[in-house]
Amino acid sequence: MEKACVTPNLVTPNKPVIFDANVCNGCNRCVEVCMSDVFMPNPEKGKPPIILYPDECFYGGCCVKECPLHDKGAIRLNWPLMQRVRWKRKETGEHFRVGMLNPPPPNTRPPA
Amino acid sequence: MSQGKNVGIGMPLKWPYPIRYREETEVSADVLVLGGGLAGCFAAISAARKGLKVVLVDKSCTIHSGAAGTGIDHWMGCPANPASKITPEQYTLSPTETFRGGYSNVIATYIMARDSYDVLLELEKMGMKVRDTEDEFKGADFRDEKTKLLFAYDYENKHCVRIWGTGMKPALYRECKRLGVNIYERTMVTSLLTEGGKQGARVVGATAVNTRTGEFYIFKAKASVLCMCTPERLWIFSTEWTGLVGRDGPPTNAGDGHAMAWRAGAEFTMMERSDHEEWGGSTGIGSMMFSSGSSFATWYPCSIVDANGKEIPWVDTEGKPIPTISQRTHPAPGQDFFSLVLGGGEGGTSSVPHLIPDLAERIKKGEFALPLYADLPGMPQHERRAIFGLMVGQEGHTWAVYRNLTHAGFDPDKDLLQVYELAPAPPGWRRLRYGGLAHDWDLKTNLDGLYAAGQQIFDGCGASHACSTGRWAGNKAAEYAMRADKPVLSREQVDSEKARVYLPIERSDGIEWKELESGIAKVMQDYCGDTKTEELMNIGLKSFSEIKQAEASTLCARNPHELMRTLEVLDILTCCEIIIHASLARKASNRWLSFERLDYPEDDPPQWRKWVTLKLEDNEVKVDELSLDYYGSLKESYEAHKK
Repeated sequence: MEKACVTPNLVTPNKPVIFDANVCNGCNRCVEVCMSDVFMPNPEKGKPPIILYPDECFYGGCCVKECPLHDKGAIRLNWPLMQRVRWKRKETGEHFRVGMLNPPPPNTRPPA
Repeated sequence: MSQGKNVGIGMPLKWPYPIRYREETEVSADVLVLGGGLAGCFAAISAARKGLKVVLVDKSCTIHSGAAGTGIDHWMGCPANPASKITPEQYTLSPTETFRGGYSNVIATYIMARDSYDVLLELEKMGMKVRDTEDEFKGADFRDEKTKLLFAYDYENKHCVRIWGTGMKPALYRECKRLGVNIYERTMVTSLLTEGGKQGARVVGATAVNTRTGEFYIFKAKASVLCMCTPERLWIFSTEWTGLVGRDGPPTNAGDGHAMAWRAGAEFTMMERSDHEEWGGSTGIGSMMFSSGSSFATWYPCSIVDANGKEIPWVDTEGKPIPTISQRTHPAPGQDFFSLVLGGGEGGTSSVPHLIPDLAERIKKGEFALPLYADLPGMPQHERRAIFGLMVGQEGHTWAVYRNLTHAGFDPDKDLLQVYELAPAPPGWRRLRYGGLAHDWDLKTNLDGLYAAGQQIFDGCGASHACSTGRWAGNKAAEYAMRADKPVLSREQVDSEKARVYLPIERSDGIEWKELESGIAKVMQDYCGDTKTEELMNIGLKSFSEIKQAEASTLCARNPHELMRTLEVLDILTCCEIIIHASLARKASNRWLSFERLDYPEDDPPQWRKWVTLKLEDNEVKVDELSLDYYGSLKESYEAHKK
């Protein structure tokens, strides 16, 4: 028989960032620079921090910016579903959305 | 890919930091800076340059703390730059721009207008990029070829500089460290200490609590500079929208500085001014600030098209159509200059070209089809790159927008980004933006030893304002500290604050901060919303008084982080009370202050053309007034106090 589990309701959305545990080395730089102090260091050394207060994240992205391994994907900002905006290709009329399956290739041009 | 589980959910965790509730550390300084945003860093830097011992206390992490901690795109109010065609006096007193019927902080605006270019050069020396050194925008209409500075809005008069502001806080942080400023991070200031513990007396220090360990701090200083932010979490609160309020400011902006100054007896003004959130879309329920298509601020002057590609027309101040893109960035015939009016007020006329004001009606009539899109591909190449590559890339929390959108495949050369900013926010959703401390030409408050800058002073807004006033206030506080007597603390005052601070961790059966914050927001929407009356606001005050005695007296916190949030909400409650007191005191509507009294509908009658000020005296609210032109003569006063 399958088991069901129960906890009190969670705050949602609750994954403001996504860590790649294979890349993140647990340096906790993101813990140190988060304005709202939403993370705590993982009790297990070398593991990604724990997102303790996800609802206090304001998506400023300091954690990503300051992460020494962000270009390798150690941490990425994960907009909640309601923030995933749409766009349309002017020439073709194709529609896209942040978070869609099979997205177009990334635009690699850096900011000015 | 392993995503790292949200281990915290449903599983009690051991607090990762040592708990040191009530343990005391005493720190002495010549100049104590409270708040580590732009204004606080600059205040600390200017005081440290005078060779004084400077301590800076920051609730967050100084490298990225404050309203502009993640970046800033515009350096507004910079008419002293070499390419500008207008003078600081023109900028400060322009009736359609900054002056706003006299309801503006002329002293601070003028200090910014005179000093902000020099301050920008200082930031450049500290390592922040301020000009187009790679010549990426060579030949652009908004570039000054001689200085390589880039400008926004009014390309003719060039008084607002486009900057690479994500580097601003890191540069300031490094400079503070270099100058030996002693920084206490993750340390929430809870009260100002006054001589003899008396309300209204000289400020001689502050108390604080560490937000990770719960340790108690007593700071003693000859002079203090209060540099915290306008509270943002007053009328709107939700934990399920982004960032507690979903607004552009970080959730740390809880009005701690306002609340502690109030309790110490400092005098406030402009607290009756709040503005209805014009765009529901920008409150976080639709999309984050500037993460979607727009023609405003960071996205100015982007073309907007409808679902069929039909362009939404632009008009000038007079409502005359302006068909070319170039007209959006040049003054109309007869107009001296224009800038984005920060705080124009609901009745204030916008002198910035904008989309047709009757767009919603024309959509209903079928003239334009929804949804609308920002037409970046239709913009000239330099404009497109400046809007999306530079401004979106640098503005507060849009650094992440640039990264996330491009990573998802968005290409500004090809793609139309949807506009979500159409629906107005629900009734009663307001925002305090400009209320703060009254001050003189030294940016000194009514309390001896207490100076203020940035959003802590009334009508404070913008990065260049924060940096310029921070530098000024830091200098003045340092001068005061050099001649001031030794500060003497009142142990009784410290003890009483210490008892207040730790109450929430001593309780175990009561409400938590989120419920209180939501309740406060509801009171503000219901009793101090878009239209105000004596009766409504008195009920609001009565509600707060009841809530303080009942629910707020049961607040619980389980760790130092929750204690910080709990203390914040108590500060939010205090800020709301100040707002209602101020709104009761002004018995006249005022469109410049976005202030509508149903029971006093006449707009800005002559007998009410003044600042209403208020402060606590013996714990009673004392209302007073100040003439609108109390700043006196601009140039003479500036020169006299600059020294």
